Amino acid sequence: MDDLRLKILELLREDGRLPPSTIATMLGVDEKTVREAIADMEKKHVIVKYGATINWSKVDDDKVTALIEVQCTPERGRGFEKIAERIYLYPEVKSVYLMSGAYDLLVEIEGKTLKEVASFVSSKLAPIESVISTKTFFILKKYKQDGVIFEELNGDHRLAVSP
Amino acid sequence: MIKQQVKSESEPSTEQGRRRSMADYLADNVKAIPPSGIRRFFDLVSGSKDVISLGVGEPDFVTPWRFRDAAVYSIEKGRTQYTSNAGMPELREAIAEYLHGRFGLTYDPAKEVLVTVGASEAVDLALRALVNPGDEVLIPEPSYVCYSPITTLCGGVVVGIETRPEDEFKLTPAALRAALTPKSKVLILSFPNNPTGAIMTREELLPIAKVVEEHDLIVVADEIYAELTYAGKHVSFASLPGMRDRTVLVSGMSKAFAMTGWRMGYACGHPEIIAAMLKIHQYTVMCAPIMSQVAAIEALRGGMEDMERMVESFNQRRRLIVQGLRDIGLPCHEPQGAFYAFPSIRHTGLSSEQFAERLFREAKVAVVPGNVFGKGGEGFLRCSYATSPTLLQEALERIGKFLQTL
Ligand SMILES: Cc1ncc(COP(=O)(O)O)c(C=O)c1O
Repeated sequence: MDDLRLKILELLREDGRLPPSTIATMLGVDEKTVREAIADMEKKHVIVKYGATINWSKVDDDKVTALIEVQCTPERGRGFEKIAERIYLYPEVKSVYLMSGAYDLLVEIEGKTLKEVASFVSSKLAPIESVISTKTFFILKKYKQDGVIFEELNGDHRLAVSP
Repeated sequence: MIKQQVKSESEPSTEQGRRRSMADYLADNVKAIPPSGIRRFFDLVSGSKDVISLGVGEPDFVTPWRFRDAAVYSIEKGRTQYTSNAGMPELREAIAEYLHGRFGLTYDPAKEVLVTVGASEAVDLALRALVNPGDEVLIPEPSYVCYSPITTLCGGVVVGIETRPEDEFKLTPAALRAALTPKSKVLILSFPNNPTGAIMTREELLPIAKVVEEHDLIVVADEIYAELTYAGKHVSFASLPGMRDRTVLVSGMSKAFAMTGWRMGYACGHPEIIAAMLKIHQYTVMCAPIMSQVAAIEALRGGMEDMERMVESFNQRRRLIVQGLRDIGLPCHEPQGAFYAFPSIRHTGLSSEQFAERLFREAKVAVVPGNVFGKGGEGFLRCSYATSPTLLQEALERIGKFLQTL
């Protein structure tokens, strides 16, 4: 990917609301170039979605997130694709990664309560035929997500005017 | 026994029995230094809320964690002692390697590199090592605020050379020549420049070097913003033919590595000058703090990516502020270094101080009036763009609205 597109992606990852005109000024290119690059990357699903990073612990309606290590037997000729699909189609599954190492799939699940997540694992995930074992880890606290530290003692500590 | 105090009419006495006013005790050299214009503005601005400050002379990045972690780790290991006066040998080597790799300079870490408490101390040492009472120190202005008072402290004579917007605030050989007298001794070269953002290319520096040679000057080159050069690559004055031994290179970790609070600077130059500076340094500060030196080693050895990421980010914001200032009608030459824009407000009819003070009171944006940076600064503002793009845009909007009310 060319350097300009990488820079656009980096800026958008930090702030998805940056208008193309601002991005264009910041990168020293014209606005049309930026608009076209973004449109093309959206079309090609390089940019898949614009969202917000939310610190859910500050919201009354708290969520429970668990990471589940799944060991499974790959299918002949299709590897893990089919199993991954069976898992990721559930809306409560937020992400699924194929991993190197001691287990195969890492599944992130979000639910309203501990019980809800536990029951999803026992009733939906574990019974899948090729799943050999699951290990569930509940997330107790998120310190940092998407490059953002949630409880940073943020604020600008600099003197307002200095030489 | 309590001493009886005798008061007489002719001797202004205080309750402590002093017969001189406090000011009489102060050294004349110190009294000769005018109060700092930046300080005045700081007092005005500090403490007020909802102000967006473009007055800050330091990066908005916190020191990258890996540098901080190196210092924390060394503290945990109990490295809390003095170091050798000139700085830890490992740091001096790292500085020499860094300068070689980035700017093609060659210094012997044993004799030609001195670690100081900020570039500030390095400037102080260099001038104290070089200036005799009556010697003239040539200072292109507008410039960073420390050169002139330090010269005064040394008993030297400040000769300001005005750089002009027509020349993009670069020093021209003609202006330098016009300022020379038989007493000229030291030339300060501070590019990339605070506050103008001006840089000087190799082609522009070569004729300056010629004048330096002809008039047998010595140069103190404060290149602390070297990495923050956005047009081509920084050319170090010491790298020009014949200039190495005529130049005391001053630099530091504050700006490019976001390490202002660590107070890490250094000076490089001819061994005799460095030895003279070391003589002062060993009696006045002994050595720079060891924790900061450890962090600086980490920064120079493993921090190039962090530094380059920050420089790229400054460059993006530079384009944003220059475009923004022009869009709201403030003429602004293109600053090609440091992290300041230096727009003109001459057409408003206000002085820099008036403009800055009203802008602060009426629009809640703090900038530094250009006149505090010496000759040629009147009619300009220093706007630091080391601030988030969102705040920069908000500040520009406020300045734009303020301009409408004039
Ligand atoms: C041109 C210039 N030189 C030197 C310094 C001082 O830097 P340090 O933090 O290394 O003392 C500054 C800081 O603003 C500066 O702008």
